[in-house]
Amino acid sequence: MNITDHLPVLPVVIPLVSAPLAIFLPKGQWVWGWATLISWVTFAAAVALLLTVNASSAGVVEYDLGDWPSPLGIVYRIDLLGALVMALVAGMAAVIFPYARFSIEREIGSEQNNAFYALFLISLAGLEGVTATGDAFNVFVFLEISSLSTYALVAMGARLDRRALTAAFTYLVLGTIGATFFVIGLGLLYQATGTLNMLDLHDRLSGLDNKVVRAGFAFIVTGLGLKVAMFPLHRWMPDAYTYAPSAVSAFLASTATKVAVYAMLRFIFTVFGPTFPFLIVALDFFMVLGLIGMVVASLIAVFRDDVKQMLAFSSVAQLGYMLLGISFATVDGVAAAATHLFNHALMKAALFMAVGAVVYAIGSHQIVAFRGLGKRMPVTAACFIIAGLSLVGVPFTAGFISKYVLIQAAFEATLSLPSIIIVALIVLSSLLAVAYIGRVAYEMYLSDPPAVAKPVRVPLLMVVPMVVMALANIYIGMDGEGIVNLTRRAAEILNVGAF
Amino acid sequence: MIEFILARYNYWIVILLMMTGLYIVFSRGNLVKTIIGLNIFQTSVFFLYITMGKIIGGTAPILVAGEDEEAHAAAPHDGAHVSPAADHETGVSLADPSSAAHSAEPLSADEAAAYVEGGKANALPDHGGAAEHPGQDLHSLPEVEGASNTLFDPNLPSSASTATFSGSPAPDLEPGIDVVVGHSGGMAAAEHGQGTVVDAVTGAINGTIYSNPLPHVLILTAIVVGVATTAVGLALAIRIREAYGTIEEDALEQMNNEAEFGRRGEPGRAAS
Repeated sequence: MNITDHLPVLPVVIPLVSAPLAIFLPKGQWVWGWATLISWVTFAAAVALLLTVNASSAGVVEYDLGDWPSPLGIVYRIDLLGALVMALVAGMAAVIFPYARFSIEREIGSEQNNAFYALFLISLAGLEGVTATGDAFNVFVFLEISSLSTYALVAMGARLDRRALTAAFTYLVLGTIGATFFVIGLGLLYQATGTLNMLDLHDRLSGLDNKVVRAGFAFIVTGLGLKVAMFPLHRWMPDAYTYAPSAVSAFLASTATKVAVYAMLRFIFTVFGPTFPFLIVALDFFMVLGLIGMVVASLIAVFRDDVKQMLAFSSVAQLGYMLLGISFATVDGVAAAATHLFNHALMKAALFMAVGAVVYAIGSHQIVAFRGLGKRMPVTAACFIIAGLSLVGVPFTAGFISKYVLIQAAFEATLSLPSIIIVALIVLSSLLAVAYIGRVAYEMYLSDPPAVAKPVRVPLLMVVPMVVMALANIYIGMDGEGIVNLTRRAAEILNVGAF
Repeated sequence: MIEFILARYNYWIVILLMMTGLYIVFSRGNLVKTIIGLNIFQTSVFFLYITMGKIIGGTAPILVAGEDEEAHAAAPHDGAHVSPAADHETGVSLADPSSAAHSAEPLSADEAAAYVEGGKANALPDHGGAAEHPGQDLHSLPEVEGASNTLFDPNLPSSASTATFSGSPAPDLEPGIDVVVGHSGGMAAAEHGQGTVVDAVTGAINGTIYSNPLPHVLILTAIVVGVATTAVGLALAIRIREAYGTIEEDALEQMNNEAEFGRRGEPGRAAS
């Protein structure tokens, strides 16, 4: 048996089996080296898988676990969208693991080193699992694998600020309610159809529209909405991102919610699909909630004095863009949502890593800590500005590409709201982004640095990943063709066009 | 109407527990009570899944030694994948022939063949052993040649199976009433009445019916997740108690607000 035959499971299995080993390794650089190596191997496997999927004519790779054929056995079914998100998650891990070493040492100390890397790897495995599986119940299991480790990771920020504990607790309660809603929904679907395989579910759900299926749909969307931090369900997110260790914030902001968005796409388009009449109603809700979230969360972000909290609210707003793209229910709309999903991960990773560097050097993520940063930490400030401009959507950055395709999709789709209003709100939200990024930029470049001791020098191991992420934003902005084509094909494979 | 309500008593229990749990989570300020509420909420889901798997008169999906091992080896798998299809509890009439045909789909010859093929890859090496120890191996179905034939051969004389079916949930034949108890049995019985070949699907071989094992397996997984969540939640509560000296949400919130906005008369943010 060739190892490449098992490529679809490798990105899930490798971090999962390596995580317990991380507990037993010596503290310090050994465990960090091991975790980093694993994240790179995982990334390599995920990229290989993405290339395989993209090269195949159907754009889908299937793998029967234990050789049990679907729909009876559990099947891993990775289409282009899944492979893209999988590679994104693994890529983020591969960048953030090197970064984590010194950041973590400063923020949570070396005692919990092993537990930290083990949890991080488990979280990675869970997120990869969600993107790989073709079995609906498996999505729940993997979501909970990643969520449970995430709760502990967030709580590890308690050494710097004890509020990490209450944030983690709120996250746990709401995350569990979300997961339980999801399971209730799955149970109802199982009662209606007798299967859990996604494609099989789709076949049997087509033409089926009764109260059980509708209730199942509502439970699943609400449950996943909690995990996504969809606008009115986002309460857990700002605190969790604010008080988590910086490396964890960077990883979560760029992957966890993205994977939940992916699961949402998967359920809306693959499992329920265009034949489900109730979907149109739900998508209208998505549009309204996405628009409100975009504007309101950006507005809140403007008034936050804690930069991490500001970025967390900005994440809620950016998730609004993705929901908006999904709600168009056109190939262009979903492709725009997927593009923004990808680009937003790049921006938020760079931004949170820059904040992490400031926390390392100055010891605070309040906006006052950024005063005069342009002179004191020029590289970090530059990375923050580049990623911030990308968040705003300035040309030649990744954010411009995704906003461009989103606005284009809004004009081309036939929607229940006039396209011009949607575009106006997108622009308004971008202007608000100018306001909150501008506040930080003002402090960094136009305020005088406080007359305190020079900031601690940030190690190269933290600077390089941050710069890589910032450059990735510019690269995508210069050459967005590749990602746009990829997401477009992914949306076509997702069978969105049937609407 | 009352009969309609009473017949679904297990669903009422589920709803009651669900609402109780959610109410406790949102209304109680004590962190431990919040976790208890979360547990009650999750328990309601366990009941929901157990309800799904229950088939009236059905026994645990474990092979009984000394009975016809071929049929039994087959039964649990089919029970898992076919009988729940009958659970069109609202909207879709149980007698609806199209939906019946739809639910019977997974037993089509092609898929059965695929199943046999897949099963073989997993089969234990001891061909004869499976016959000797029928309770040992659920996966050995395809090895027992007779089993697949008996199950999927459309030419099977139906008289024999009719006889074995006696003692099974005959009352469930009326569609619409049997929703709560033994939906699957009712469905299979209906199909049986139409002379289809899925008689073995109920597991009603020599008078034994098996419950649907799949929901039980699923909920076992969910229970494990629930236990893990409770453990993490309680551990967090302990840490919060260590860090704040209280686990009352109001007091915690007050302390967090003071940390963020500063107390009156004190310098503002600690960080500045």
